[in-house]
Amino acid sequence: MASGTETTATSYITHHLSYNKMEIAGLGTIHIDTLVTSVVLGLIAFGFMWWVIRGATSGVPNKRQAFVEIALDFIADQSRNTFAHGDVNKFVAPLALSVFVFVIMMNAMAFMPIDIFGWVMEHVFHQHEWRGVPTADVNTTFAMALSVWFLMLYFSVAVKGLGGWIHELFCSPFGSKFWAWPLNLLFNIVEYVSKPLSHSLRLFGNMYAGEIIFLLLGMWAATGVVGTIMGAVLGAGWSIFHILIVGLQAYIFMMLTIVYINMAHEHH
Amino acid sequence: MDLNLTMLAQAIAFFIFFWFSKKFVWPPLMRAIAERQAKIAEGLNAAEAGKRALVEAEAKTESALKDARDRSQAMFSDGERRANQIIEQAKLTAKTEADRILAAAQEQIQLELNKAKTSLREQVAQLAVAGAEKILKREINAAAHADMLTELKAQL
Repeated sequence: MASGTETTATSYITHHLSYNKMEIAGLGTIHIDTLVTSVVLGLIAFGFMWWVIRGATSGVPNKRQAFVEIALDFIADQSRNTFAHGDVNKFVAPLALSVFVFVIMMNAMAFMPIDIFGWVMEHVFHQHEWRGVPTADVNTTFAMALSVWFLMLYFSVAVKGLGGWIHELFCSPFGSKFWAWPLNLLFNIVEYVSKPLSHSLRLFGNMYAGEIIFLLLGMWAATGVVGTIMGAVLGAGWSIFHILIVGLQAYIFMMLTIVYINMAHEHH
Repeated sequence: MDLNLTMLAQAIAFFIFFWFSKKFVWPPLMRAIAERQAKIAEGLNAAEAGKRALVEAEAKTESALKDARDRSQAMFSDGERRANQIIEQAKLTAKTEADRILAAAQEQIQLELNKAKTSLREQVAQLAVAGAEKILKREINAAAHADMLTELKAQL
């Protein structure tokens, strides 16, 4: 909502979907809004957990500690149930924890009323353009999914050895007959490509679609009394439904992370 | 789709947060939870042991009570028996004493009697001598007739 110019539907949408970009000479573009928001959220979330755990007691926990314990226990349970190759506490569970907490915090930014958030960013922080939901930026979801993907590759090679991993590329899932090699390789390439794609685009699509619906409702709210009432009612409804999506998508992202890391440990 | 450098920066940020939670968040809390589990298990065991100890103590108390009752019963009957014994003893002692006193008294009486008899005899002998003197109107030599007099005394 640039002051002075008239707001049209197109400019409203474009405005809310524009990134706060910065060019770094020779390296490329960087989305300041996505990066700053996610890092601030991460600092808040992980800082909070660290603060709680520094005062953690093995005796009777206070409510703060109990809350963090319930969250960590939930993640530990999920990790133990899914990951079948050793102690989850060493790597998988902390990974699942950081994925889940980070993603759910970034998703939860969708609860910020877009126009009020935009107004605050514009008038308090003097940032004309600011996308509030980092997971509605495909860069974030790809960054997370590819991080997991590289970990998956790392564990595949670390557990089976480079030879074992290459053997699997050619010899599973259709068997080790030489005529099956190209088929196996093709299948595995498709799998390796589709894993990070589906992992990241599922989260991105859900959060981006949620943003778009909030924008459309916001536009409707600007069209008159009926639009305002309907926009408010449906906006509230969509927000409530979005609670489910925010939690569910973070959970799915975490579970897929555990599943992929688990699959990387499996011998065929 | 606008993939750019943001991705790399986000990945770095994510890895830093991951490293942080792997190092500073996960292990201390899991340790605390494990310690608490151990404590709870310990507490449950202690409660179980306490319950068992209570049952044992109750049984012990019961047996001690029974023992005490038996002993007091025994002491009571023993006391009764002893009392009877003492009474019997006392009766016996009293009877013996009474018999002894009676015997002594009888002996005393006998003694007195004998003494009285002896003095009586002497008096009778003197009377007889005096009578004989009177009868004979002359003195009898007491020394010369002592044998005779003694014989007479013995006959009395």
